[in-house]
Amino acid sequence: MAGAKSEFIAWDRTLHPAAFTPTYKTSVLRSPRHALLSLHNSLSEVTGPVFGHNEIGLLDNDLIRNYAKSGDPIGERIIVHGRVLDEMGRPVPKTLVEFWQANAAGRYRHKKDTYLAPIDPNFGGCGRTITDENGYYYFRTVKPGPYPWRNYINSWRPAHIHFSVFGSGFVQRLITQMYFEGDPLIPICPIVNVIPDKAAVDRLIAPLDMNEQVPMDSLCYRFDIVLRGSRSTLFENRLEGN
Amino acid sequence: MPQELHYLKQTASQTAGPYVHIGLAPHAAGFDIFQNNFSNVLAGAGTRGERIVIEGRVFDGTGTPVRDALVEIWQANSFGRYNHPADTQDKELDPEFRGWGRAAADFNTGVYTFDTVKPGPVIGRHGRPMAPHVSVWVVARGINIGLNTRMYFADETAANGADPVLNLIELESRRKTLLAARSERDGKVVYTFDIHLQGDQETVFFDV
Repeated sequence: MAGAKSEFIAWDRTLHPAAFTPTYKTSVLRSPRHALLSLHNSLSEVTGPVFGHNEIGLLDNDLIRNYAKSGDPIGERIIVHGRVLDEMGRPVPKTLVEFWQANAAGRYRHKKDTYLAPIDPNFGGCGRTITDENGYYYFRTVKPGPYPWRNYINSWRPAHIHFSVFGSGFVQRLITQMYFEGDPLIPICPIVNVIPDKAAVDRLIAPLDMNEQVPMDSLCYRFDIVLRGSRSTLFENRLEGN
Repeated sequence: MPQELHYLKQTASQTAGPYVHIGLAPHAAGFDIFQNNFSNVLAGAGTRGERIVIEGRVFDGTGTPVRDALVEIWQANSFGRYNHPADTQDKELDPEFRGWGRAAADFNTGVYTFDTVKPGPVIGRHGRPMAPHVSVWVVARGINIGLNTRMYFADETAANGADPVLNLIELESRRKTLLAARSERDGKVVYTFDIHLQGDQETVFFDV
């Protein structure tokens, strides 16, 4: 765990959205106005929760089955797979990855979602898994639909899957969204467009991965996630002192 | 041309959105799907230390509670040690305490709550002790990248006064935004920690 003891490389703020992004209107009142206070990492930052396979159910990474009541959910069957890596290209093993999404019609199973598209009785829309030794994860689901929302009178979200990832330290904690190759709604989405860097947007778009399709069953998309790395050289005192 | 640095680029953050509960707290979204749900209860019957409740609300720039916020905390055990392999301090581990919890704000009141134990002090950089504290992470619709802050215990006056992180906050009046006040209610010790995203009482958030 030598790597995990050293501090994390700073957030690259040129790639992440700012807090205050008026074109995504909800951010206006929910964004701090003071500068963030930069803090060297201590033990409080380089540590974080550890999760075990015993906490995860066998169907938790199968959104086609994990809420099925009377049959399979409606929609395009897909596999989503990829690796969680850090900036150095090192795998992030045994880390919890959680995901949630709308159903194939673009409707969420959530008491606050009132979009007129139907709830799918066989689709919950969430799952989770733990990466293996190589940082690899996969899950099965149906492709989510796009949906309208009130930002401008009518904005549309491109089809997307939300991801939550932990890493080895609590300050690696990341929530992001995965988009699908070829979706024309991506470049006109106010939430996508808070990201200041075009290449950073492209890295949120999962390509179709025909090598990993399941023949006569499911298409496949590949989505790698890169968390902050930690320095590998420690030419200074141990974080907790000598 | 010098050699190239073959580092990867960090994946950009995106908002957790209004339906974050589906993935991270499905009961709050209104359905039951997982056998084991992560929760806001960090301390079990066997956990050692002083039992406390941490509760509060997240407020937006108009002072309105953010009723769709999701809050996670990470803390040391009552001896001041993190349940993580990188923490090699010579202190006891508590097998009954992971130190992490997740709470969805109540859709009506905006209140979030954690049942936990008071953490002990942890050694900071260069051997300087840090006052007992809890790391806090807030996400919600409208928050583009998760916000990191720390909750300190207002009654730890001496330790707080010497804390290296609190002392980094130049404007002394802003230090109190990280202090949770202690009270008692129904025989329980309650620390109240309100988080202000914006406005006169804006909480100090960290780039960590």
